[in-house]
Amino acid sequence: MMVCFAFFAQSIATNQNIQWPVVAQYLFHPDILSGLGMTILLTVLAILIGLAIGVILAIMRLSSSRVFQGASWAWIWFFRGVPPLVQLIFWYNLALLIPEISIGIPFGPKLAVWDTNDLITPFSAAILGLAFTESAYAAEMLRAGIQAVSSGQVEACATLGMTRGQTLRRIVLPQALRIVIPPIGNDTISMLKFTSLVSVLALPDVLYSAQMIYARTYQTIPLLVVATIWYLVLTTLLTFAEHAVEKRLHSGNRTSLRDMARRLFAIAPFRHQKELAQ
Amino acid sequence: MTAPLLKVEGLRKSFGTHEVLAGIDLEVHEGDVMCIVGPSGSGKSTLLRCLNHLEKPTEGVIFLRGEPIGLRWKGERLYEMTFNELARQRQKMGMVFQGFHLFPHKTALENIIEAPVIVKGVRVETARAEALELLGKVGLSDRADYYPRQLSGGQQQRVAIARSLAMKPELLLFDEPTSALDPELVGEVLATMRQLATEGMTMVVVTHEMLFARDVADHLIFMDGGVIVEQGNPRDVLTRPRNERTRAFLSRVLPDAA
Ligand SMILES: Nc1ncnc2c1ncn2[C@@H]1O[C@H](COP(=O)(O)OP(=O)(O)OP(=O)(O)O)[C@@H](O)[C@H]1O
Ligand SMILES: [Mg+2]
Repeated sequence: MMVCFAFFAQSIATNQNIQWPVVAQYLFHPDILSGLGMTILLTVLAILIGLAIGVILAIMRLSSSRVFQGASWAWIWFFRGVPPLVQLIFWYNLALLIPEISIGIPFGPKLAVWDTNDLITPFSAAILGLAFTESAYAAEMLRAGIQAVSSGQVEACATLGMTRGQTLRRIVLPQALRIVIPPIGNDTISMLKFTSLVSVLALPDVLYSAQMIYARTYQTIPLLVVATIWYLVLTTLLTFAEHAVEKRLHSGNRTSLRDMARRLFAIAPFRHQKELAQ
Repeated sequence: MTAPLLKVEGLRKSFGTHEVLAGIDLEVHEGDVMCIVGPSGSGKSTLLRCLNHLEKPTEGVIFLRGEPIGLRWKGERLYEMTFNELARQRQKMGMVFQGFHLFPHKTALENIIEAPVIVKGVRVETARAEALELLGKVGLSDRADYYPRQLSGGQQQRVAIARSLAMKPELLLFDEPTSALDPELVGEVLATMRQLATEGMTMVVVTHEMLFARDVADHLIFMDGGVIVEQGNPRDVLTRPRNERTRAFLSRVLPDAA
């Protein structure tokens, strides 16, 4: 086994076709680095937006309203079932289906109208496709997380005079989010890899930037190696971060974990420190 | 005689076809301690949970200072309140559970200040000062920054009592507050409750602690089969029960008292 690996490593290290000097030359090329930034941005936004939508979906799924339950179920069913690549292409071509998007009263007057082509850029199509996919997974995890919070605590909140919203924001969601942090970490690594799909929309992430360069220079393999190296660096960093978080969770260092979660979810709507009584 | 703080009129509760409360009437006056005893399944918890509408009564009305709980006048008719309207009334009625139900992701102090800050909009510094005072009162000044899982059952229950008190309720409901505790921890919780009673807190306590009921209660209720079978001064009920069912129950829980 070790011998096989050593042979493999040697053949890669000494393979002339890889052209290591070219790899080194492009590893920190400005286009590659800005592509790297795009990859990270897509990953972070898709996870955060997916998580936010997932929270709403999970709450709808657990509500007593049949309509909300059904809508949430249908969303999760759809976005779990459709491959992200199909979604990306679909969202990008949304204008073919719906030429304009409007806000207004259904079947009534329209308050605002946008041309779909102005709204759907490669970037927004990518975010929609990736975040919606993530939202379906996050919703299922969050649902389990919310259900893991004891009903006794919810009753205790009621006897303290807390409203449903206060109970959810202050007691249930913080505990549910803590439960889903490890699986969300896993999802983040998958998402990082999924972002490479956006190259079909000509969105300059790390892979597409590499493709653009080798389309000019024909140094296909070295540039794919550059992209590979960056993906490996990022997944390795994420894995370390994930282990650190899990270790914190197990050692039960709640305070610093909460700070971490707070930073992580700083843009989410449930950050409110206090909600004053009306 | 002054008007009662809490008044229950014709309370009935059924789960499906199973009638658990079959017509309960009672009054609790300000500063009084009422203890409720009775065999398992007699409907004690259900009664307590109906008082603050954790369970919706099938029939009957509960009044707190003359105000019907969970119901709202609109013109000539009474309407059921929404959850959030009910929340305002529940602030006045604290509840302590057998299983404590503290918030595990918050320290003892954070558990206590949560509701005053979030519900009443009390400033955090003010709430902290009051919470520390309450922790002192329940004998846990040195445990303010402990998480529930770092506390013993007795300590958790005392934090839960402090958490209820922080909302400055007019009435405290206890559902078997010591039943989940190891025997050696029961005393500390009962001591806290005794102290509250002497300070004039109005309390309704479902308990199996007959000595506590005898010494602390102003009024004792014996329930069986969803009705009040016997009630009155705790010493009278415990030592000279008139009803056969009361006698049978007491001889089981107080084997050496006869
Ligand atoms: N949510 C519910 N759904 C159906 N039946 C219920 C429910 N809650 C209570 N019951 C039934 O109502 C009856 C009375 O229950 P309750 O918990 O009020 O008794 P209890 O006097 O508090 O008993 P214990 O001393 O064991 O706590 C029991 O037969 C119980 O099975
Ligand atoms: Mg009970």
